[in-house]
Amino acid sequence: MIAELLAGLVFIPLGATLLVLLLPRQARGYLCFTAVLALPLCLMPLTQAVWADGEITLALAEFTPPLGIVWRLDGLALIMLWLTAIVAVPVSLHALTSFPPGEQTGRGFWPLWLMLLAGINALFLSADLFNLYVTLEMITLAGVAMLGIGGNALALKAAMRYLLLGLLASLLYLLAVGLIYGQTGALDIYLVGERLETDRLAATALVLMITGLLVKSAIFPMHVWLPAAHGNAPGPVSAILSGLVVKVSLYMLIRIWFWMAGDWELPAAATALGLLGAGAILYGSLAALIQPRLKMVIAYSTVAQLGYVMLLFPLASINAFHAASYQLLAHGLAKAAMFLAAANILWSIGTDRLHALTDLNRKLPVDLFALALAAVSIMGLPPSGGFLAKWLLLEAAWQQGAWGWLILISIGSLLSAAYLFRVIALTCFHPERRHVPTRWQSPPSSASIAALVLALLAIAAGFTSAPILGLIDDSLPPGGIWP
Amino acid sequence: MTEILFVLAASVVFGIGVWGLLIAEHLLRKLLALNVMSSSVFIIMLVVAGGGPDGPDPVAQALILTGIVIAVAATAFALALMVSIYRKTGRASITEKGDDDR
Repeated sequence: MIAELLAGLVFIPLGATLLVLLLPRQARGYLCFTAVLALPLCLMPLTQAVWADGEITLALAEFTPPLGIVWRLDGLALIMLWLTAIVAVPVSLHALTSFPPGEQTGRGFWPLWLMLLAGINALFLSADLFNLYVTLEMITLAGVAMLGIGGNALALKAAMRYLLLGLLASLLYLLAVGLIYGQTGALDIYLVGERLETDRLAATALVLMITGLLVKSAIFPMHVWLPAAHGNAPGPVSAILSGLVVKVSLYMLIRIWFWMAGDWELPAAATALGLLGAGAILYGSLAALIQPRLKMVIAYSTVAQLGYVMLLFPLASINAFHAASYQLLAHGLAKAAMFLAAANILWSIGTDRLHALTDLNRKLPVDLFALALAAVSIMGLPPSGGFLAKWLLLEAAWQQGAWGWLILISIGSLLSAAYLFRVIALTCFHPERRHVPTRWQSPPSSASIAALVLALLAIAAGFTSAPILGLIDDSLPPGGIWP
Repeated sequence: MTEILFVLAASVVFGIGVWGLLIAEHLLRKLLALNVMSSSVFIIMLVVAGGGPDGPDPVAQALILTGIVIAVAATAFALALMVSIYRKTGRASITEKGDDDR
């Protein structure tokens, strides 16, 4: 019975996507918000079940692999599902005012957002290479469409660039799935992992897959589409894209690397992935330091923060695994909070150019507080989720005597402190540079509360490590990870 | 032997697609190039699907069909996005203004 709740995670938002356009205008908001609130309610009993009995599986329509498709819920998937649900509720609260479900913009936003949620939940549950492809495509299409809702020319162009690169990446992935299916006759990740032989064909497939997923998760130097897309998207859409959508393909990369190819000896490739992460951290942070607009700073910070997750591949220990999962979680919460706060600032004064943002500590205290709290977590200051993630990563590097990675992590933290303190200093401490704002309207209080709740959760993630790390310990990859 | 022919053909088609995607200026051409590329991927999957002792593999063919459906949907959506870019900027292109005076 409990396994059927897995289907609820996907089919509740999917059903709401179809229903929302049929309902009268007044009822749409209630339906959408109820569908989003149902996600944490479904997750609670599932969490208890995973806690007690470990992994839950559901064979769809009772067909078993290799022919059928199985959904698997283990600790790592559960954490990512919780991240999705926890980010979804405040973002939806924000969207109720920024994209009212009864109006034209809301008619575009809400069906896409619910479809995106269905796709994300389905992806985290999938353990089947082709199922992962379909859900990833669903997520990309919904994400690109959401980017274009506002209809501003910059966002539309960014959406097109994202779409072209995204489709190219999916084709590479699909080609790899074809090659792997040809060799193994299976699509289930566990079965493929058992049957796949390490030869040239399999290596080609793995390279194609990883390249495709790196493009989708905007890892340096394939990040070119991300800053324009996340920096120009309308308010809550930036939070969704940066908080959730880029995590999805990174999660897939981790699954494929450690679950499917877990027993391969690939130290050179792992180091190469780590070096890409290093490039992302350094380039993203330096680029964030010189951006003239707040949302662009936050977007480049996403490029940098995703780099930390890539250090999992060369370090490949339990501590690194904890750190990477925690980084996905903490960054998702903090980045969504930052983008929601930035959306409120943009809404109030009509611009997010940093030199125009003066005196915000008096005008928008709640939003600025949320921005600062989220910044604490991104910088990795204690006590916050981001601190814990970086601390675990440092510990993993220390244990293996990997001094290069250790120095990199420290430099990355210093750089992130530099670009975020620049933002906070410019927004608070320049009363003499008074630009007369061209327009001013205070944001709806629910929008400010949404940003604040997410920021507080990003800090609170620093105190809830024991149960989360326990869940991760129960779902370590089957082979190939060091103690 | 025919398998090698198919794989070679698919590689050539894939190359043409990549070339078109990189070189083309007009978005319609870029989208066509992507579709050409997806055809080559489907050819390779067909090679994988065919040729067993008990005839072609139905699962691989089902994968190709799903892939085609997704490609059609993505293309339709991309075309709609292209039209709205054209309406907004007057050009069906994502490169900056100065680039196209070649």
